[in-house]
Amino acid sequence: MAVIELRDISKSFEQHRVLHHVNLDVDEGTTVVILGKSGVGKSVLLKVVIGLIRPDHGTVQISGQEVGRLRVRGLQALRRNMGYLFQGAALYDSMSVRENLAFALTRVETLDDDALEYRILGQLRLVGLEDAIDKMPSELSGGMRKRVGLARALITNPHIMLYDEPTTGLDPITARDISTLIKDMQERYRLTSIAVTHDMLCARIIADKAAILNNGMLEQQGTLEYLEKSGDSVTRSFFASE
Amino acid sequence: MAGRSHHPRDRGWLLPFITGKLENAGSLAVFSARFFLHVFVPPYEPGEVRRHLDELGSRSLPLAGITGFIVGLILAMQTRPTLFRFGADSFLPAMVAISFVRELGPVITALIVAGRVSSGIGAELGSMRVTEQIDAIEVTGIDPYKYLVVTRVVACILLQPLLTAIVNAIGLFGSYVAVAIESSMSWRLYWDSVVHSLTFADLIPGLAKTAFFGFIIGIVGCHQGYTARGGTEGVGRASTSAVVLSSMLIIFADMILVKITVLLWP
Repeated sequence: MAVIELRDISKSFEQHRVLHHVNLDVDEGTTVVILGKSGVGKSVLLKVVIGLIRPDHGTVQISGQEVGRLRVRGLQALRRNMGYLFQGAALYDSMSVRENLAFALTRVETLDDDALEYRILGQLRLVGLEDAIDKMPSELSGGMRKRVGLARALITNPHIMLYDEPTTGLDPITARDISTLIKDMQERYRLTSIAVTHDMLCARIIADKAAILNNGMLEQQGTLEYLEKSGDSVTRSFFASE
Repeated sequence: MAGRSHHPRDRGWLLPFITGKLENAGSLAVFSARFFLHVFVPPYEPGEVRRHLDELGSRSLPLAGITGFIVGLILAMQTRPTLFRFGADSFLPAMVAISFVRELGPVITALIVAGRVSSGIGAELGSMRVTEQIDAIEVTGIDPYKYLVVTRVVACILLQPLLTAIVNAIGLFGSYVAVAIESSMSWRLYWDSVVHSLTFADLIPGLAKTAFFGFIIGIVGCHQGYTARGGTEGVGRASTSAVVLSSMLIIFADMILVKITVLLWP
């Protein structure tokens, strides 16, 4: 059963058409990877899904709720069931790692100090960064920031995860580590996820299904094996770049 | 006489410029209205308000205090010779006190805080906008306007009267220093003259309008930062425009508030 359903989504910025009649279904517990070159609108697609950007046309349904029809409180409640890993991690740079993780958690649940510390440490342990709990974001490397971003996104136990270029700007070894970590988290929490990337290594590790975003349209949807056999030149160029 | 002809390119930049300014004014008005819709609705985030009060107050007090002291000193030095010529130099404390409490203190403090705080807020929120930190707050199901904007504007509204009261006191002390250098007036005599010359009609409007100035400083800084676009260049623009716009609005608001004050307390 599809948890995320995109129907006929179109979005333009002034004269520039970014998304054009996009349709996508993401089944419960599966991960769909959207592949596309830089600047084709992959991040816009994710922001449309979570309601940060309103589409010009079309509907987004998440767990049966139409995002565009939700009022502020409804949208906030829906988002508390979702996690989002930003391209640059978007850690709050005036807060320590501990405060970054506590920020969302303390607004969703009422926890005493010990329980809060236990949850934060547990989450950081999962991403291998319990020693960084008192560090500021400026003291972290790119890979560490992504890990903290992932821990922060997952600390409220969301059922849906959206990943925006999770491995961009990382060296191949760290990119593989982050991709493996994402895969582990998905399996552990049975998350329904959409990831956008142009990194084929990451896609191979985390994808159950994939789709190619080109010229604002989602072309070619299916498993990576299916796409690999495609005769489409754009699709083939992704596999050729590995 | 031949009429002036407009090259099409002359109008090419003017229309977008005017439209842009009007759009910005409209956006600021809507942004300000949102504040009044949110400020009385829980959660109130008192910890954040306290943190901003502490941070913004400590950031502004040294500069505002030094400026107040120097302005008080200069005001007394400049006016004493004229008053002395008419044998009215005993009115100096009263003149300095009334001008400082009613006008100079509130406006100088507001302009200093606009330069220090409004630009800081503009840069901080602008940086949060372009690095997607505001989006990150929003996707966790928290209203970023409530958390980032309302808390800062409330802190500015509370901070401004407090800072102005302190700057007034420092400015009056500065004017006493000038008086003491050139005459034998004691501190006690000076202070008694100041206290006796001031009425509630001087104190209340002077301090009340600082709350409006605080609102302007906070809301303009937040608006310019919150709506920043275009990477680090956009952050710089947000910071600069926050100072320019808030300073202009403070002077404009002062003009209106002085008129209202004069009508209410003639």
